[in-house]
Amino acid sequence: MGQLASALLTMILGVLGCAAYFYGSNALLDKIFPTKKGNAQTVAHNLRIANMVRPWLFLGPAVLLLTFYLFYPVIDSIRLSFFGRSGEEFVGLSNYIWLFHSDEFFESFRNNMLWLVFVPTAATFFGLIIATMTDRIWWGNIAKSLIFMPMAISFVGASVIWKFIYDYRSGGDDQIGLLNALVVFFGGEPQTWIAIPFWNNFFLMIILVWIQTGFAMVILSAALRGIPDETIEAAVLDGASGVQIFFKIMVPQIWGTIAVVWTTITILVLKVFDIVLAMTNGQWGTQVLANQMFDWMFRGGGDFGRGAVVAIVIMVLVIPIMVWNIKRANAEMEGR
Amino acid sequence: MADVKLTHVKKIYSNNVEVLKDINLDIKQGEFIVFVGPSGCGKSTLLRMISGLEEISAGTLEIDGEVVNDIPPALRGIAMVFQSYALYPHMTVYDNMAFSLQIAKVKKDDVDKQVRKAADMLQLTPYLDRLPKALSGGQRQRVAIGRAIVRRPKVFLFDEPLSNLDAALRVATRMEIANLKDSMPDSTMIYVTHDQVEAMTLADRIVLLSGGNIEQVGSPLELYEHPANVFVAKFIGSPAMNIIPCRVEATGDQTTVSLPDTSTVQTPVVTASSEQSKAAFFGIRPEDVGVVDTKEEAFVSGEVSFVESLGEATLLYVKVSGCEDMVIAKQAGTLATKRGDIVHLSAGPEKMHLFDENEQSYKREA
Amino acid sequence: MITSSKRTPLTYLVHATVLFLVIMWTIPTAGLFISSIRDKDQLSVSGWWTALSTSTQQLVTRANDPSTQTLEGGLYLIQGNIFDGAPGEVTKFGSSSLKPDAFDVGTKVELKRGQTLQVMKNGDYTFASPTEWKGSRSSRIFYTAETPPRFTLDNYREVLSAEGLGQSFINSLTVTIPATIIPILVAAFAAYALAWMSFPGRALLLAAVVGLLVVPLQMSLIPLLKSYNLIGEFFGVGSKTYVGIWLAHTGFGLPLAIYLLRNYIAGLPSEIIESARVDGASDFDIFRKIVLPLSFPALASFAIFQFLWVWNDLLIAMVFLGNDAEHLVLTGQLRELLGSRGGNWEILTASAFITIIIPVCVFFGLQRYLVRGLLAGSVK
Repeated sequence: MGQLASALLTMILGVLGCAAYFYGSNALLDKIFPTKKGNAQTVAHNLRIANMVRPWLFLGPAVLLLTFYLFYPVIDSIRLSFFGRSGEEFVGLSNYIWLFHSDEFFESFRNNMLWLVFVPTAATFFGLIIATMTDRIWWGNIAKSLIFMPMAISFVGASVIWKFIYDYRSGGDDQIGLLNALVVFFGGEPQTWIAIPFWNNFFLMIILVWIQTGFAMVILSAALRGIPDETIEAAVLDGASGVQIFFKIMVPQIWGTIAVVWTTITILVLKVFDIVLAMTNGQWGTQVLANQMFDWMFRGGGDFGRGAVVAIVIMVLVIPIMVWNIKRANAEMEGR
Repeated sequence: MADVKLTHVKKIYSNNVEVLKDINLDIKQGEFIVFVGPSGCGKSTLLRMISGLEEISAGTLEIDGEVVNDIPPALRGIAMVFQSYALYPHMTVYDNMAFSLQIAKVKKDDVDKQVRKAADMLQLTPYLDRLPKALSGGQRQRVAIGRAIVRRPKVFLFDEPLSNLDAALRVATRMEIANLKDSMPDSTMIYVTHDQVEAMTLADRIVLLSGGNIEQVGSPLELYEHPANVFVAKFIGSPAMNIIPCRVEATGDQTTVSLPDTSTVQTPVVTASSEQSKAAFFGIRPEDVGVVDTKEEAFVSGEVSFVESLGEATLLYVKVSGCEDMVIAKQAGTLATKRGDIVHLSAGPEKMHLFDENEQSYKREA
Repeated sequence: MITSSKRTPLTYLVHATVLFLVIMWTIPTAGLFISSIRDKDQLSVSGWWTALSTSTQQLVTRANDPSTQTLEGGLYLIQGNIFDGAPGEVTKFGSSSLKPDAFDVGTKVELKRGQTLQVMKNGDYTFASPTEWKGSRSSRIFYTAETPPRFTLDNYREVLSAEGLGQSFINSLTVTIPATIIPILVAAFAAYALAWMSFPGRALLLAAVVGLLVVPLQMSLIPLLKSYNLIGEFFGVGSKTYVGIWLAHTGFGLPLAIYLLRNYIAGLPSEIIESARVDGASDFDIFRKIVLPLSFPALASFAIFQFLWVWNDLLIAMVFLGNDAEHLVLTGQLRELLGSRGGNWEILTASAFITIIIPVCVFFGLQRYLVRGLLAGSVK
């Protein structure tokens, strides 16, 4: 109970402190440069100053936090990638050279590429299919809710759930993993799924697809509903079949949304870490970049320089998406 | 005294687009001024500059004899009614009307008194506890007006306040605004619209803008009867005035012009001899065009290419040889005229307009 | 959408397909839940889909210890019931692990030194010995039993107390609640400034926020950990504090928060903001009295996002809060269990269910807002 009370207290203090900053700083500004009463010229003068200062009062905490937690670390990671294991002695490009001669790196890189291709594609594909079909049936919303639900489950929780599905019992024993039970039921040999080289990657990817399909479905479903009915009715009058309408009328109209969903999941995949950590910890050829980086940083490796190099690789992979995102946001702002 | 005076006012956006060029305007206290013009003419921008929502790039704006270029909106003594009403959706009608007073830290009793008075005036008392979404369009509009009244401004600004209402309600609300003006004769009102009917019915004076310039300032009838140029002539009145390109044949107290179909017309417009042989524009309003039996009485003849029967009137679209645009004649009642008929069109000399080669009106004989 | 009033074979196909997919998507979670309330002995030998049927198990139990022996008719007896009152049926039994199913029920088996063991169908057993039972260790009985389905909350009881999940639950809450509220506050102010205030560098700042949206947060860990150590030393506290993790979650959540909220706030009708300005409200007034109440849907949806994200996070908690029992959050605890108790499915399933139950409830309760927020962020 003691811990609960002190937790509660810190919680309240933390939140109040944050609110107090905003109230206090703005009240102070209004006090020093009053803009609501008094001589018009003074007010005009005060207002000019207040209008110059106030945005930064609003933005201050956000800018500080973004700088400290995201911007500075990116710069520092780049610096660290040229330094040795403790981050103190300059080693030039040797971390990069090590990286490109490391088999583990190529394994993680290959696996990451597999993830990048398979997960966004599968999740978007299933999401689109489910969105299209659930829009036509009366219990579609219930179905959507259930398929969306895995979004709420942590990667670790999902890993436990799926580990249970992939569970393996040797030979004669009853299989308690659903997948092996099915295999045995159909007369096959039970497998240790997460240890089968190469294919085990896909068994891990399925977990992420399971989680992300709901996200794709919800967004695509909204986009599908945004398609003007007239275009579909016109296609019906033109004699198009259901499949033709889907591929030639509907999909092209939501192409932009499909791209957004695809890239959002892609970004997530690049950062994927928890699933691999919890399921295999990178054993049996399932290593991915994010987990490899974590290994080098905090576990056996303990080499900041090498960890940073892997981080840089992830960053480089993300940059095209970043650029595309910024371009899109800018275009959107101009459209406003 | 709440005069509004604009001197050499300009608006230039950061990308160097000049949306308002050198606006000079004197608005007297108690006047109802309407800014009218096609979309993109800068009328809303001008209003927003007066309100203080938009910065003034150059020139001065005076309200009540004081330069207010740098004064924030709230201290200019203005109130604004927005096109979308801009009611605060999460506040009741009462709170919507009281908001500005509460911000100004007016005493609670005074706030209450003022809000109730305004509500009473606009018959909003029964709705004070409702949220805007529970009101009809007309009621919302009245709340927006009430919100302005509560502040007791020197100048009311209306930004197309009727354009979100349906046709019937628009007429009713138009009358309400006219009544409001009558009940507050000392308040200056500036009203922006793209609808010339609103402009004609409400305004003491109309300011007609186009392309960032003031085309003409005057009472509604002045603009109708004496348009300063082709643009004003075509903008005021519906259907628009017929404008026929012509050539000045004879100058003097009476000016004779030749029309494209080679007929000539004598107009009671004074021109200098220097205008001789220059291109000009002859204008006549459709409602001033008559149909006559013989070519001799007509100023122009042509074939009817289209007939629109409106019931109380009939519009004849007449193709005149040499004219690009069809000449429209508006006749009372219904006519037997059919497409393909040849008609002869006449006009009284006092209804004729003549514009020079730069589309500016020739000074009419006083 | 295409709506067909007739029930064509196609509609049935759609129903069937959706049903199939829904089952595919829910079965993993359902399996977890069912397993977590099964008896742990049954759980480890039969699939959860057999939960409702009787199972045949090879089991082992310890008889009561010698201190309970009674003297009856010249024989020292140790008696008891294998099932301890629970329903069940023994079919075979044995006295050594080599031959666990050597004997049929009811037979009296000769052990060493004249001792005998008899196990009845209902689970009653009797050890008999002409001499007194010595020592404190009791003997083991191996048996094959038919047990009817048994559901129990014992697994939950165990993980909540013995496995320290209760503590982790409180830790998770302590991390999650401020880490949800603080970024909302910070982001809402920033979003308003980016949407409705004019200041030099606004476009650049917005582009930066969008850019940071995709920065892999793993990149930040090393530099941040170093900074945290320095700051911790400076203040004389450890580097792993709750304040530290709140701010970390705030920092990492901010790009998305600002992006989502700015999209929503910029979409508010400009005339309302201008009207408030004409009414004399300062930007702080406008934010507090107009924008904040009107942005409730967006704030709610981001709150749900951030809540799910923080609650489900493993990485940041591991790095910034550490792995000691006092600070371990639920996901961390679950991962520990996955490592140390990987084979104990009764513990894993119950723990996993406890970690997911809160977010799943939040999810189902507030799904409407979540969807709205997702759409504000993605569909234009």
